Amino acid sequence: MHKTIICTVCPLSCNVFLELGDNDEIVSLTGNRCPRGKAYAAKEHTAPERTLTTTVKARGGIHPLLPVRTDKPIPKEMLLEAVQAVSDLEVEGPIRMGQVLIEDFLGTGSNLVASRDL
Amino acid sequence: MKVLTADTAVIGGGPAGLAAALTAKKQGADKVLIIERNNELGGILQQCIHHGFGLHRFKQELSGPEYAQRFIDMVKKTDIEVLLETMVSELTPERKIYAVNSRNGMMEISAKAVVLAMGCRERTRGALRIPGTRPAGVFSAGTAQRFMNIDGYIPGKKAVILGSGDIGLIMARRFTLEGARVEAVVEVLPYAAGLTRNVVQCLEDFHIPLYLRSTVIEVHGEDRVEGVTIAEVDEAWNPIAGTERYIECDTLLLSVGLIPENELSTQAGVAVDPVTNGPIVNESLMTNIPGVFACGNVLHVHDLVDNVSKEAERAGRFAGRYALEQGEDWKKRVKVIAGENIRYVVPHEIGLDEPVEFFMRVQRPDENVVIDVGGLRSVRQRSIRPSEMLNITVTPEMLKNVTGDSITVQVVTLKEAEVRA
Ligand code: SF4
Repeated sequence: MHKTIICTVCPLSCNVFLELGDNDEIVSLTGNRCPRGKAYAAKEHTAPERTLTTTVKARGGIHPLLPVRTDKPIPKEMLLEAVQAVSDLEVEGPIRMGQVLIEDFLGTGSNLVASRDL
Repeated sequence: MKVLTADTAVIGGGPAGLAAALTAKKQGADKVLIIERNNELGGILQQCIHHGFGLHRFKQELSGPEYAQRFIDMVKKTDIEVLLETMVSELTPERKIYAVNSRNGMMEISAKAVVLAMGCRERTRGALRIPGTRPAGVFSAGTAQRFMNIDGYIPGKKAVILGSGDIGLIMARRFTLEGARVEAVVEVLPYAAGLTRNVVQCLEDFHIPLYLRSTVIEVHGEDRVEGVTIAEVDEAWNPIAGTERYIECDTLLLSVGLIPENELSTQAGVAVDPVTNGPIVNESLMTNIPGVFACGNVLHVHDLVDNVSKEAERAGRFAGRYALEQGEDWKKRVKVIAGENIRYVVPHEIGLDEPVEFFMRVQRPDENVVIDVGGLRSVRQRSIRPSEMLNITVTPEMLKNVTGDSITVQVVTLKEAEVRA
């Protein structure tokens, strides 16, 4: 089995070629022009992660929404579930940028934090 | 009419205006004023809630509001004055600014130096001349972004996005995460216009199809968009008969480019470069009007806010200095010419006493090239794309080698032997 992963760590966007064994394990990894690409592609193959950014309802600010984010990436397949999970959340100011709104968000070890002051 | 004065007046409180005001202040300008038409500082960053900003500047990936907040916090620690919800209606060549807000009414602000930091706006459907009806449901991607991220409305349930610029890609993900569907992203170029990272994380992650060398040829629907017809295009971007395809949707988002907003500048007599649509500037980012400087997206459209901040700091520094010294000028000016495969270079003219940071874009993608800056400095690049701005700094040491009255910046493609060497 083969797989190509585009490294997105820097704008060079290397095509990293993965040769996979019977259990999907990586046999070889080529095409990355630097070591960061190796780490990225391996991670992207085994456990892809993304930072979630979305908004929650907010009271006490000049806008009806507060932008929020996870402070660390979470498993990619949890993104939709994570957006659902905050759809009913409503926060009230004052809130400071970086303030933790939900600790250990969905058990990911990542916190949901405010992206700006409210 | 209320009459005010300022050492440095900055028009626009987005990332460029914030950074310019801060350095003007640091430079020693006594009274620095930011004039912003919105009800808060931060500009477009406030609606760019996704992350990926600040990798160069802060060595971490911030969201747009986080990047803005850091600069807003810095401004708050100074005595920089901020006028919010204030619209500038006129700038004169003598650096008088006419502005209006509901608290003060009309104001006349005399400034020793002015920094233009008005940013840009989106190209609209009119600029594209897409045939068809005129139903509701056609939005520029940035407008949709504002509705969703600031005001809390989802503009539709089923969208087609025309243009694969970064805002369009980001909005494809945002729509999907909010439970709407994105049927397709349609791009006239043979490659995605936005960053590869956004193609991967915004389209591929959600299995959203990207149609290259294609465009929307008709919009359908009476009151609301009901669908669009897309088609493949030939080399000259004309639709190819027989490739038409109807896609049902209630929303069409346009992510088809940004135009620097220079109505105020041209009114004041600022000369504009037809390629960048922004002012023609020298190495201090001063326009042809003495004491009027420009930076950020009003000067040329950037892809990284980090570069905007850097450029704006330069403009702010020179504007602050100009306000203190009034009317400095350099003796020798050298024209900068965009040569082979270079679409434009900013600044357009340079003096030889200060280090100069050149920002440039190429015309076509290429690999294994050298960017040659007038024989003063050459920088090797493994891959270049029109969507990725390049910046190269030359030092006064290097500038000593300038002989004529112009330098040409060009791309030289390396031969295979040279690549291996
Ligand atoms: S492998 Fe290295 S050089 Fe290639 S895209 Fe990734 S980070 Fe950039």
